[in-house]
Amino acid sequence: MTTLAPDTRRLIYERPELLTDRSSHYCPGCGHGIIHRLVAELLTEMHLGPTTIGVASVGCSVFAYDYLDIDFVESPHGRAPAVATGVRRVRPDAFVFTYQGDGDLAAIGTAEIVHAAARGERISVIFVNNGIYGMTGGQMAPTTLLGQRTTSSPAGREANLAGYPIPITEMLALLPGVSYAARGSIADPSAIGRTKKMLRRAFDIQLAGGGMSIVEILSTCPVGWGMTAPEAMEHVSKEVVLTYPLGVMVDRMKDSPTSKDKDEA
Amino acid sequence: MTVETTARPVLMKGNEAMAEAAIQAGCDAYFGYPITPQAELLEWMARRMPELGRAFVQAESELGAINMALGAAATGARVLVSSSSPGISLMAEAMSYMAGSELPMVLINVMRGGPGLGSIAPSQSDYFQATKGHGHGDYRVPVLAPSSIAEAVDLVAEAFAMAERYRTPVMILADGVMGQAMEPVVPIYRMPPREPAGWELTGADGRPPRILRSLHLQPEDLEAHNQKLQAKYAVISEREVRWAGERLEDAEIVVVAYGTAARVARTAIERAREAGLRAGIFRPITLWPFPSRDLAALAPRLRAIVVVELSAGQMVEDVRLAVEGRTPVFFHGRTGGMVPTPAEVVAVMERARDATSAAASDTAVLR
Repeated sequence: MTTLAPDTRRLIYERPELLTDRSSHYCPGCGHGIIHRLVAELLTEMHLGPTTIGVASVGCSVFAYDYLDIDFVESPHGRAPAVATGVRRVRPDAFVFTYQGDGDLAAIGTAEIVHAAARGERISVIFVNNGIYGMTGGQMAPTTLLGQRTTSSPAGREANLAGYPIPITEMLALLPGVSYAARGSIADPSAIGRTKKMLRRAFDIQLAGGGMSIVEILSTCPVGWGMTAPEAMEHVSKEVVLTYPLGVMVDRMKDSPTSKDKDEA
Repeated sequence: MTVETTARPVLMKGNEAMAEAAIQAGCDAYFGYPITPQAELLEWMARRMPELGRAFVQAESELGAINMALGAAATGARVLVSSSSPGISLMAEAMSYMAGSELPMVLINVMRGGPGLGSIAPSQSDYFQATKGHGHGDYRVPVLAPSSIAEAVDLVAEAFAMAERYRTPVMILADGVMGQAMEPVVPIYRMPPREPAGWELTGADGRPPRILRSLHLQPEDLEAHNQKLQAKYAVISEREVRWAGERLEDAEIVVVAYGTAARVARTAIERAREAGLRAGIFRPITLWPFPSRDLAALAPRLRAIVVVELSAGQMVEDVRLAVEGRTPVFFHGRTGGMVPTPAEVVAVMERARDATSAAASDTAVLR
């Protein structure tokens, strides 16, 4: 007769229910996979799947709708905040978010993001900043760092030729319609944890009836940057954060509580 | 279903009548941006929609407005957008996306003179844009052209019905006269029945998620999607052609005109008849699908066709395609906000008659 030891195993990591079980098209070392997972974890933990309408934008992340198991509408390039406005205004009970890259949000879509913010649209904006146009082959974005080489700034971005990196989240944080604005990163596990907390806060604020909540996430593009995946992560945590410092820029709903993480609950 | 009739005619401005028609047709959301000569439409909705608890947003641009419409339409809402020529150019991008994603919407274009900033006076110089495509890609959009304010009221309701029946944007193509003129109307409002859509985004509650998109990266997939769209357009072309004729029974010369130009033409054919010329009018109501088959059937028994437009000659190309040289086609157009007079149209009809008389037929100048 054998005696079984008591089963003390605890499940500490699994695929979130709302992350689809399929291979990713993203390049090795790309940050979208991590960020998709964070979004899927939160939507699952916060039981938002049945009420969520996501707005996908143009760029590598347009395929977010293949990986997040929720209703999605695809937006023209840069127009996601306007599309989300339309969804919000006729679906007051829906949970609405946009998922936008930096070319989409900080270049072609500046008018749409600024005015959705000015109107205080009750939407959450997940703004993934990797400082480059990834899908089209690594061209310079408005967020590209000074000196950074891209396929359209082959000598490195020069301010006198191409201006300065645009700190658009800081600009948006000035607007009273923005209830929450923060910048996180996915460069290391602790940064990922802090970024998840920011996203949770952003989602809570929408559910509490606040205005726009935006989380900028510093991400990677190893292929576009000409780096290995580990080099790209290190580049974010050592270099990119000097231009784009991490932290909460504004929280205009400080009295509104934040929901509990599943590990804390 | 008719929801309201008033026995007595009321004096209504075209822009306001179309706005109220949309409200009575069950429009859930309106998004717009100020531009002359359709600003009253935006203003009417700004007052009426909030008092009915419906969505109204004055957007930051026409790009913003139509993309808000895209988002609202994706949830199955009945959505109206309006603008005028330069604004429609900006909206072209989202028109293409909405056609590709098969999202219903009604878009009212109160045309003004172009190109560029042009003028704020009435024009029909956006016929090409409306009927041959606004944005990129192989797609079509039904285009309805009212010629009176009462007809505009009716066509707004019809446009919503058509948009939902075929999952497509539908354009009402009016011009500055249609938008700005006031005339007595007995408004007969209609609310098209709401059919369960089955594709709209509501949150994936107890069902698989839905994705509304125009992106199909695999060529095989995109071709299949395009074939599906083209099959839909073939059905629309077969079933939705509309036109109206007057005095066609014995006509030897027929004026083809739509919208405001048809109003001028109606006066012109009466004057021509007083002068002994048997004139009639063929008025397309759907500009796409164009009533080519019916015009082609009529053409062989005519001496000539005279096309009148508030443009340098755009619809005339579709008329020529329809009649395929079987009947001489003459054209008269004014541009920049100038409107042809009945006397000008009668003069062109007389020239057409003279040029197509037996002696002159070999050397007729067709334009």
